[in-house]
Amino acid sequence: MSGATKTGGRSRALPFAWKAVKLLASVALTFLGLLFVTFLIGRVVPVDPVLSVVGDRASQAVYDRVYIELGLDKPLIQQFWIYLQKVFTGDFGDSFMTKRPILDDIMRVFPATLELATFGVILGTILGVPLGVLAAVKQGRLADQVVRVVGLIGYSAPIFWLGLLGLLIFYAKLGWVAGPGRIDISYEYDITPATGLLLIDSAMQGKWAAFGNIFSHIILPASLLGYFSMAYISRMTRSFMLNELAQEYVIAARVKGVPEWRIIWVHALRNAAVPLVTVIALSYAGLLEGSVLTETVFAWPGLGQYLTNSLQNADMNAVLGGTLVIGVVFVGLNLLSDLLYTLLDPRVRRRG
Amino acid sequence: MSALLTVEDLRITFPTRQGPSEVVRGVSFTLGRERLGIVGESGSGKSQTGRALLGLTPPPGTATAKRLEFDGIDLRSASPKQWRALRGGRMSMVMQDPKFSLNPVMTIGRQIMEALAFHGRSSRAEKKARAMAMLEAVQIRDPERVFRAYPHELSGGMGQRAMIAMMLVTEPDLLIADEPTSALDVTVQIEVLRILDALVTDRGMGLIFISHDLRLVASFCDRVLVMYAGRVVEELKASELDRAQHPYTQGLMNCLPKIDNDTRPLPTMTRDASWAL
Ligand SMILES: Nc1ncnc2c1ncn2[C@@H]1O[C@H](COP(=O)(O)OP(=O)(O)OP(=O)(O)O)[C@@H](O)[C@H]1O
Ligand SMILES: [Mg+2]
Repeated sequence: MSGATKTGGRSRALPFAWKAVKLLASVALTFLGLLFVTFLIGRVVPVDPVLSVVGDRASQAVYDRVYIELGLDKPLIQQFWIYLQKVFTGDFGDSFMTKRPILDDIMRVFPATLELATFGVILGTILGVPLGVLAAVKQGRLADQVVRVVGLIGYSAPIFWLGLLGLLIFYAKLGWVAGPGRIDISYEYDITPATGLLLIDSAMQGKWAAFGNIFSHIILPASLLGYFSMAYISRMTRSFMLNELAQEYVIAARVKGVPEWRIIWVHALRNAAVPLVTVIALSYAGLLEGSVLTETVFAWPGLGQYLTNSLQNADMNAVLGGTLVIGVVFVGLNLLSDLLYTLLDPRVRRRG
Repeated sequence: MSALLTVEDLRITFPTRQGPSEVVRGVSFTLGRERLGIVGESGSGKSQTGRALLGLTPPPGTATAKRLEFDGIDLRSASPKQWRALRGGRMSMVMQDPKFSLNPVMTIGRQIMEALAFHGRSSRAEKKARAMAMLEAVQIRDPERVFRAYPHELSGGMGQRAMIAMMLVTEPDLLIADEPTSALDVTVQIEVLRILDALVTDRGMGLIFISHDLRLVASFCDRVLVMYAGRVVEELKASELDRAQHPYTQGLMNCLPKIDNDTRPLPTMTRDASWAL
């Protein structure tokens, strides 16, 4: 050990580095497990990977050659190793349906899902947190009941029903928003794809007419997702806030003469934010992976729709690739919420 | 001595499943610029009495009184705005448990400065200087570190002193100290008592000192209220504690272990059901 590490900084830096290592190791392990599961699924399902390459009219000789090319004659563990190597070079195989590399397909559809879910969770958070706080502060009173009923509808109404109703009212009847799809065809070629998030791409390229069109397409499905996430976030915020407002430090703040708004929004909410981060991350993950129905109703060309199509056509490479992406997103969000948690809670931050 | 605080027939009721339960039942006293001790066993209503004086009876509990006056202000009809000016500014309370009474995600320094933020105008630098001076006054050795620390990084005794600093930094006229020294070792305890004592004698602060410790209260306070089951069963000058009439107070006195004559077995107190009537 060198002399430099024996300075005062060591006691703080070392636990943090150790924590980072532990976190990375756990992410790597989770990821490996995920790969193994998707690999196994690929072997177990009754879809012949050779047939999907050669087609069902190929001769036995061609079939056997491809069988060996794909490494299917090798032991399972070796096959997994080959699979790992391919995945790490970004090779998920080609899609049976589109004949394109899976990675290209996913890069094309995933931003659509990401954009929609992000918009949704932002709406859900900026509405859900204040509503939850309001419900907690006015516990048992009218405002609380209203928030509860609105949330309950969000919990129990089927998403496709609300989606169709929304389209019927705001698109067909009132004409306030654009219909299904991400963008009108007339604008589609105005934008050079960069991030794949159309709102951002169009804004960066200064294509404001296209931006407006994209916005009027996304606002309805995003509001719908936002509504669901708001229902969940407001309910959790309410219960976290009720818990915090009953703590002694709230009384201590009142003893100091701190105004009530500050006690609610600074003292209590700051404490409630610690568990809330996890709730919001969960809600976000839920929107990212669970948007299949929304994407179907709104003809949204996202990952959910891609996966549904692939599944219906037994396009296993595509299904496995998509599953992996969802897994990565989930692990990534967990990591992010862990980091935020550490940032928000000094008790975790300095324990190391 | 002019009365700083007048309390007459204070009653605090909590609704329970078995109907309303009165935990403070007609407490009356006056307080000048002096040290008043309140002793009584656990659950006798000491803390709830203290909180009611600040209008902080936790809902769904309710507090009523025939009179509740602080420096000529009728507290029963004080508006929220009046309360905010009084709390922290003119009346304050050191709370019983520093572990739960400090906000876990805010540094000690910010919490002390916050007490100053809503009472009078001062710059950040002034606030910090006053907070640091207060931390030094409560005998914290490394005030700079404690100022930047989060509550969980302090020991129980340091937390208690930080809490005392936070509640005294605005120099209130009335301080309710709810077992302010229970978490402290004897030497620090004496220091804290000295600080409180100086505030009473030099600045004319009124102090309500809540404690279990009859010996401590007797030596430190001018007068003592003895509470039992929500009532004041006895009010005495501290110097006349040995002339106590009520059997509960006498029992408490007899329970104090004496150094000179070794009492074995240790005396136990038998409680009479009629005391709680
Ligand atoms: N929120 C509440 N709801 C119902 N009853 C309560 C509530 N808070 C306190 N009480 C009751 O009021 C009584 C008095 O409580 P208080 O905290 O004033 O006791 P104390 O004399 O301070 O005791 P200790 O010495 O243990 O601090 C207790 O019997 C307690 O059970
Ligand atoms: Mg108490």
